[in-house]
Amino acid sequence: MTTQNITKGIIELIRTAETTLPRDVITALKDARHNETGIAKRQLDTILSAIDLGKKTRRPVCQDTGTQTFFIEAGCDSPFLGSIHECIHTAVRHAIDDVPLRPNAVNPLTRKNETDQTQSLLTYWTMIDGDTITIHALPKGSGSENMSRLRMLEPWEGFDGIIDEVLEAVFAAGGRPCPPILVGVGIGGDAITALRLGKESLLRPVGTRHPDPRVATLENDLITKLNDTGIGPMGLGGKTTVLDVHVKTASCHPASLPVGIIIQCWAHRHATMTLSADGTWEVR
Amino acid sequence: MTEVHLTIPLPPEQIQLLHAGDIVYLTGRVFTARDKAHQLLLSLPDSKLPKELQSLPLYHCGPLVKKTDKHWTVISAGPTTSQRFESNEADVMARMHVSVIIGKGGMGPKTADALRTTPGVFLAYTGGAGVLAADQITRVVDVLWLKELGMADAVWVFEVKEFGPLVVGMDAYGSSLYAHL
Repeated sequence: MTTQNITKGIIELIRTAETTLPRDVITALKDARHNETGIAKRQLDTILSAIDLGKKTRRPVCQDTGTQTFFIEAGCDSPFLGSIHECIHTAVRHAIDDVPLRPNAVNPLTRKNETDQTQSLLTYWTMIDGDTITIHALPKGSGSENMSRLRMLEPWEGFDGIIDEVLEAVFAAGGRPCPPILVGVGIGGDAITALRLGKESLLRPVGTRHPDPRVATLENDLITKLNDTGIGPMGLGGKTTVLDVHVKTASCHPASLPVGIIIQCWAHRHATMTLSADGTWEVR
Repeated sequence: MTEVHLTIPLPPEQIQLLHAGDIVYLTGRVFTARDKAHQLLLSLPDSKLPKELQSLPLYHCGPLVKKTDKHWTVISAGPTTSQRFESNEADVMARMHVSVIIGKGGMGPKTADALRTTPGVFLAYTGGAGVLAADQITRVVDVLWLKELGMADAVWVFEVKEFGPLVVGMDAYGSSLYAHL
């Protein structure tokens, strides 16, 4: 019974992520509209209308309902540690019909659709203290994900090297990832970690800066430089190319400087579910 | 910003009146084609090419649709990234007599050339606004190769009404709003 209720919660989590956009993203889009004119403004008007319609009709804003991606902070003392994995799979299976979601899982080599569409769902686990499990759903479309990249820089390349890499990635992406985009930059760790940090950084609210002032300055520099490219909404030109840039760092080997760049479309769909030890849940 | 409301099919003289930066709303039939459909349309013998698709606007879209009692409902159907079709779009345009491409993000020099010679236009629908696009689709006319290609890659024939705003991203004169990229 409890696991059924948890599964219900996760379906609600997926539906919320797919059909509504977080308030901070909407605020950033409205600010952008205020700054733009002509075609760029028209793009943002259309975007904001689509967000309204998705929320009103509880339908996915974008037809690419993405790869179902979950970041899970699992409290070691939660009584649901043993069942949560299965609940996520069951929830996605139901959500395909319920929300609905587009069948997005294919075999990577034959390109045939998978019979079991839950096969492509992704879970990233972090064990934490306590008895609460927090699940962040971040369904991600391939238009933006295809533009992500990893570079293993020489350590001496430092800040300038990182800025060049991000600029190059965003410029190469152009209008493809549905700008205005969000950019998550993971710096440090190993190759895997850099990309994971980049994606995790997208969970931080839009408009907030990194607590380390040096990193915050890097974020601000990147925002200015990326908006100066003129790529603009949908690549049709304009002042707004990014809604935000988030950097997340980790210590790394002295001979390494991994940089993972994750590009996210304006439809930055994500939601969070908190599952308490008594089985109650909340989606926001 | 000139704004025009047009009915499909668009004769060449109408296409030649469109310029990069114009806003267009379309009414009539369009067909969708993504990666697998492009390959299929190029591999089929002439006799097997579906006549109903000829000369219709080609929409880069992998829609999210739902079947309820034998009836299709389009849930969300915005554009997919057009650059993926750059390598073979000119050939598909010639084969299917397509002069209007609807997509997002713009396309490359090969397609630009095809737009000049056809003449044709690339119309950009706002990416991510799939739910809005779905509401401008009034009817699912047909679906081809659904079983073989799956929901997103099948070829859907949609009746659309006041479909837009579409921005003329690339016109028949070689002008492109993506030139700054």
